[in-house]
Amino acid sequence: MKLELKGITKSFGALIANDHIDLVVESGEIHSLLGENGAGKSTLMNVLYGLYEPTAGEILVDDKTVKFSGPADAMAAGIGMVHQHFMLVPVFTVAENVALGAESTGPGGILNLEETRRKIREISARFGFDVDPDALVEELPVGVQQRVEIIKALVRNAKILILDEPTAVLTPQETDELMDIMRQLKAGGTSIVFISHKLREVKAVSDTITVIRRGKVVGSADPSAATTELASMMVGRSVSLTLDKADAEPGPVTFKVTNLTVMNDAGQRLLDDVTFSVADGEILAVAGVQGNGQTELTEAVLGLHKHVQGSIVLDGNELVGRSVRQVLDAGVGFVPEDRQDDGLVGEFSIAENLVLDLYKKEPYSKFGSMNRAVIAKNAEAKVAEFDVRTQSSQDAADTLSGGNQQKVVLARELARPLKLFIASQPTRGVDVGSIEFLHKRIVAERDAGTPVIIVSTELDEVLELGDRIAVLFAGKLMGIVPGKSSRELLGLMMAGLPADEARAQLDGTVAGTAGTTPAGTAGTTEGERS
Amino acid sequence: MSETQKVKDPTPPVKESQGSQVVREIMSGNAVISVLAVVVALVIGGILIAVTDPRVSTASGYFFADPGATFSAIWSSVSEAYGALWRGATYDPTARTWQGQLGIFETLTFATPLILSGLAVTLAFRAGLFNIGAQGQIILGAAFAGAVGFGMHLPPVIHLLAVILAGAIGGAIWGGIAGFLKAKTGAHEVIVTIMLNYIAISLVLYLLKNQLKDPTSTNPISPQMDANAMFPLLLGPNFRVHAGLIVAILAVIGVGWLLNRSTLGFEYRAIGANPKAARTAGMLVSRGYITVMLISGALAGLAGVAQIAGTEKSLDSEIAGSIGFDAITVALLGRSKPWGTFFAALLFGAFKAGGTSMAVNADVSIDIVAVVQSLIVLFIAAPPLIRSIFRIKAARREGASA
Repeated sequence: MKLELKGITKSFGALIANDHIDLVVESGEIHSLLGENGAGKSTLMNVLYGLYEPTAGEILVDDKTVKFSGPADAMAAGIGMVHQHFMLVPVFTVAENVALGAESTGPGGILNLEETRRKIREISARFGFDVDPDALVEELPVGVQQRVEIIKALVRNAKILILDEPTAVLTPQETDELMDIMRQLKAGGTSIVFISHKLREVKAVSDTITVIRRGKVVGSADPSAATTELASMMVGRSVSLTLDKADAEPGPVTFKVTNLTVMNDAGQRLLDDVTFSVADGEILAVAGVQGNGQTELTEAVLGLHKHVQGSIVLDGNELVGRSVRQVLDAGVGFVPEDRQDDGLVGEFSIAENLVLDLYKKEPYSKFGSMNRAVIAKNAEAKVAEFDVRTQSSQDAADTLSGGNQQKVVLARELARPLKLFIASQPTRGVDVGSIEFLHKRIVAERDAGTPVIIVSTELDEVLELGDRIAVLFAGKLMGIVPGKSSRELLGLMMAGLPADEARAQLDGTVAGTAGTTPAGTAGTTEGERS
Repeated sequence: MSETQKVKDPTPPVKESQGSQVVREIMSGNAVISVLAVVVALVIGGILIAVTDPRVSTASGYFFADPGATFSAIWSSVSEAYGALWRGATYDPTARTWQGQLGIFETLTFATPLILSGLAVTLAFRAGLFNIGAQGQIILGAAFAGAVGFGMHLPPVIHLLAVILAGAIGGAIWGGIAGFLKAKTGAHEVIVTIMLNYIAISLVLYLLKNQLKDPTSTNPISPQMDANAMFPLLLGPNFRVHAGLIVAILAVIGVGWLLNRSTLGFEYRAIGANPKAARTAGMLVSRGYITVMLISGALAGLAGVAQIAGTEKSLDSEIAGSIGFDAITVALLGRSKPWGTFFAALLFGAFKAGGTSMAVNADVSIDIVAVVQSLIVLFIAAPPLIRSIFRIKAARREGASA
């Protein structure tokens, strides 16, 4: 099936998210949409999926104009979509989820899942999905849940599959598996639109690459194009993707975490007996798939968690049991994982956000009264220094793009002399151009002799910044490995193998078996159930 | 059609509970919406005045014979009513006494407790708390002020200051309970303050039948305040407007400074706009909840002082009237800004002062005023309604949502 978008324009008020986009997806090809966050990729796909009505332009399926007034129309026309955030009911089984919205019923409206089960088994067998129709979705690993989403689309006879940032939630191994699946689907005649901002993946799997920038198609590229070339197309100027980072010159160890355990209210261990230390002038990168205790680790240091055992020592002072204020005053700079939720007050001005945790200090305030002139002057200086793109530092912080918001948070946290700098997902949702800048600032802080902890789920970032890399899995430390370790090693550790076992597996066996670990786990659950 | 439209609208990411999102939108809309809400409410009020006027219905009986008569009847009925309302609230040259001519001072008198209690709601709201309990806090403030006012006998000035302080403390205790429960147990302040309203009424009624009862009266009413304990009248005995108005204006200036200039207000606003970010920035969110409710309660308590030491002289169970609830409307209409609240309170004071004049001089039921007030709430609470009436584009912030 051939899909063509002609002159698609979508505007929200004054904002034009898509500007006359032309796109042709040929039958049986993997077509990548490459663009930064906010470039308009998802908007375009939502138009295609019938979620948004285009302001102008038309959609052609097999050279015939179609009009979608909702996802149901798009599905009927053979278009399926796997959203970045899965649309699954966690407490339903795979079959129930797949049937949802297109249930076949017997007499008296009784649900008949047999047909759905059969289809799931058929598709599973054909593409080697290894999915049990009767497994509960919430018990499946993320990679398998994603396959359920794909099955959902295939059961509805999707000829074109849209995958919206599908690798964001996957381990490197799961990503490789997904790419295999994409190739198989393509061999079976399904076209795939693959949305991503990760150059490596796009290059690995695409037949055609279309680059979108600020709502416009800026060109198409061949997968064999150089990574830097793709990056410059995406950003609109030349970017250097590799950080010129000198080797760390670690000083004395001033930050030590010993036997740290963090529990939730129910007593469940979110972080389990973690011990490590960071030296002055060194970056420790903490890797792991989202939700394996990284958030808890950083929040425990800052004093945001109630149930913390163990010890966190900075410069000889115990931090456990102190308030956030005291921890910040002890010289900890903290960039939270979710800048909009925890890092900024959206309706406050940029200037106010730049003093969000400094407002009580002179010269920003005196005798309980804020000094607006000083705060405004500080904002001007920081906006210039960190190249925050804004019309005025008095604009509300939520008018800024993600990258610029992150610059504001970083500018604030790096403003005072630090004894420890912690940044969680410092470049999530940030454009490639800003990433370069933010990384340089973080390395500069390291070079100034501050111990730095970076938590990131992006392996590229971990490898780029980390002088040493710690991997967390299910709240446990899988080990700390040198900064230049292989992706395969880190991937195995992220999937739950301690460092030595992961090394042994890589040394002892062929690389092929290593990739099957997550699928193998899923297989066991399935075996127990059937 | 509207249903599909809804689906297509890009929804902004919901970061907080749906309810507080709605309240936030209502409270932080722009001033244009407030003004238009009042205008539309007055127009609808005018329609109600016209259809209930017998002259209009008589004229409409021969509408096709003489349509002009109907329109002139409508015009005279509505203009008489609103004219009487306006004159009653400001200046009425037709009134028999010269005191009666100057309704503007009655407006200021009615506005005084509304300003103070409106500020209470405004301040709490800016810290993210919806203080429905101004009513209870006013009652407690009035009771404390009364206890000092008629229970103690102190020299001039000192006695009044003691009364003001006592009233503020009474309100602060009542507000502080809600803040404390919110901070320590997470109990929702809306529920707690509503319940505290009931407790306040029953408590004061109990006290009025026992400890605070005027021994010479059979009714549940307190003795009269000492003369020293009363706010001095600003314009002599002919007008009720009293020095509580000055307290109220000072409070507007004070709350304005607190919210916009002080570090404490910076904390309150940060907590109100994004408590998680405030916590991450080292602010003590729970302490903020407690202190802001103490200050908010104290402001409402001062409204109670304005009642008992300004106009009422003695405590009874009706001391707060509907001020505590009007205060919510006033804060809504004032867009939770101190000066906005001030002007909204003036408007409501004017409604109260002019309503009587309208009932007497234009023979229009005083209930119309209540209807107009309620309509204002309705239109403010439904900004999309006003927007669609006047075709105002919603100033939405939308990202490219890629």
